[in-house]
Amino acid sequence: MSMDKLKTKVLGRRQILKSVGLGALALAGTGLSSKTVQATPDKASEYLSKLTSGAAGTKGKVTVKLPEIAENGRTVPITVSVDSPMTDGDYVKSVHIVSERNPQPEVISFNLSPAMGKAEVSTRMRLGKTQKVRAAAVMNDGSVYTGDKEIKVTIGGCGG
Amino acid sequence: MAKKPRIKVPKTAKSGETILIKTLMSHKMETGVRKNKKTGKLIPRKIINKFVCKFNGKEVMSADLHPAVAANPYFAFYAKATESGTFDFEWIEDGGKTITASGDIVVT
Amino acid sequence: MNFINNITRVTSLLGIASLLLAYTTNVSHSGSNPNPQGVNKMKSGYHWATAPTREMQDDDFSNPAFLWVDIGSEQWTTKDGEAGKSCASCHSGVETMKGVAATYPKYSAEDGKLRAVQHQINNCRTQQMKAKPWKWESDNMLGVAALVKNQSKGMPIKVKVTGEAQPFYNKGKKSYMLRRGGLDMSCKNCHMDYTDTRIRANILSNGLGNGFPTYRLKWQKIGSLHRRFRGCNKNVRATPFKSGSDVYTNLELFLTAHAMGMEIETPSVRN
Ligand code: HEC
Ligand code: HEC
Repeated sequence: MSMDKLKTKVLGRRQILKSVGLGALALAGTGLSSKTVQATPDKASEYLSKLTSGAAGTKGKVTVKLPEIAENGRTVPITVSVDSPMTDGDYVKSVHIVSERNPQPEVISFNLSPAMGKAEVSTRMRLGKTQKVRAAAVMNDGSVYTGDKEIKVTIGGCGG
Repeated sequence: MAKKPRIKVPKTAKSGETILIKTLMSHKMETGVRKNKKTGKLIPRKIINKFVCKFNGKEVMSADLHPAVAANPYFAFYAKATESGTFDFEWIEDGGKTITASGDIVVT
Repeated sequence: MNFINNITRVTSLLGIASLLLAYTTNVSHSGSNPNPQGVNKMKSGYHWATAPTREMQDDDFSNPAFLWVDIGSEQWTTKDGEAGKSCASCHSGVETMKGVAATYPKYSAEDGKLRAVQHQINNCRTQQMKAKPWKWESDNMLGVAALVKNQSKGMPIKVKVTGEAQPFYNKGKKSYMLRRGGLDMSCKNCHMDYTDTRIRANILSNGLGNGFPTYRLKWQKIGSLHRRFRGCNKNVRATPFKSGSDVYTNLELFLTAHAMGMEIETPSVRN
């Protein structure tokens, strides 16, 4: 095979690879994210403030653990931990996880208790696109702390 | 065909120890905005909307789930071992169907 | 063969030609040469999985595929069919299946062709138990197949490709090399020539079956190797074959032989 022919072939295949990738894109578009309204950072804040009885919260004490990149947004492991002794007198009452760019901001709300001994919860969530995921912790005295984490999503994972 | 939840509770623990509990429930978590590819109709929402973990009848942790929780909901969380007893778990589906599981622990 | 023409046709058909430019492939090897891999340099798909996906696979508890392995365990001892037997009636504990899956697909003199583990399971159901066969992609079949294969986890693949198996291996090899579909591509094109190349969210692996049935994040459930074949066929706009068909079973033997000596990972987790 001549060098020229070989090059055409290789280039051709690359083009093919691109187009196959697009097939995946088209598929991803059939999910939850297609037509529905989308959450925004503002909507996320609004929703959070409802859950926290209006308190905006102080940044800190809350750590959101997410992978840097989600290979697939359909199943993304997330862990939220809160700096708290979890005693009867000083504990985390609830932890809310909120999405800034999914169709809906709400993801999950945990009700915690001193019986847990440690304020850390893990689950797996769906992420429609690259975004910031926020968490808010409401303490037993009513104070609110927040944390967040950016995550890059390669294939959107809503709607399944 | 019965798909049972998977639960992981240590069989034994020392008093005062913080133990790790894991649960995995088989469920599609149908969001309600997905369309049936053939008919074009919306597939109705059906998710597990509540999860509860109790120890000896008292709530340790519970969660309110939304469609953004991934299929086959997974939880990992902690509990402080104080006495021997039973952890009871409950998954409540839209429409009220409840699936339960439990695990015993001996605390020394 | 004019690839570019084909692509232009396919993409414009889909009305996405304009988007084509927006996507870049990230070819991790330098130069324009493809990346031919020797048969012995094959790597499991685990090698290309990201850390969170690997972690999900590594923990037998939180690996969601085990929800189906549990179904398999339950089925193992469930009596079904006119003979009133369960798998356990004849095979006792499932641990007697240790090493079995490493030798499949396997030639069956009775059938005069290959049997994948799933064929063998259905053979036991219909012949031994006088029960109805399970559908290939049913929860029960996936569960029992995953359970049986899981007994060989960590053991090296050692399928037979000579003797009576040889003609089937040869057929499998032929379909692995055959370019098909609107994009005119073979399995080899993607999984050997372009290993390590990024296609959107995926980096092309050697496309092996050592982790199947696998829990795919995309499927949000466990699925068979033949389901994956169907997906790969569709990706190049080729008509897929039926799961359990001779074509796919022969292909499975070739693919499995490709991974000879590699450890079985079932059930794996993949993107
Ligand atoms: C009535 C007895 C009987 C029952 C019930 C039975 N089997 Fe079998 N099974 C056999 C016999 C005999 C063989 C070996 C002969 C053959 O290949 O058919 C076998 C072979 C197998 C093999 C292949 C073993 C190898 O070394 O290649 C697998 C896998 C298997 N059975 C799985 C199952 C499963 C799963 C079930 C339940 C769904 C089941 N069997 C139920 C009798 C039984
Ligand atoms: C256009 C490129 C392309 C072609 C052609 C192709 N595949 Fe794939 N295949 C992929 C991609 C992308 C993946 C997902 C990433 C990976 O594991 O390579 C994949 C995954 C797989 C996997 C899963 C690997 C694992 O570890 O879970 C198997 C098995 C597979 N392919 C087999 C085949 C077979 C057999 C053929 C031929 C019938 C084929 N593929 C043709 C692109 C292709």
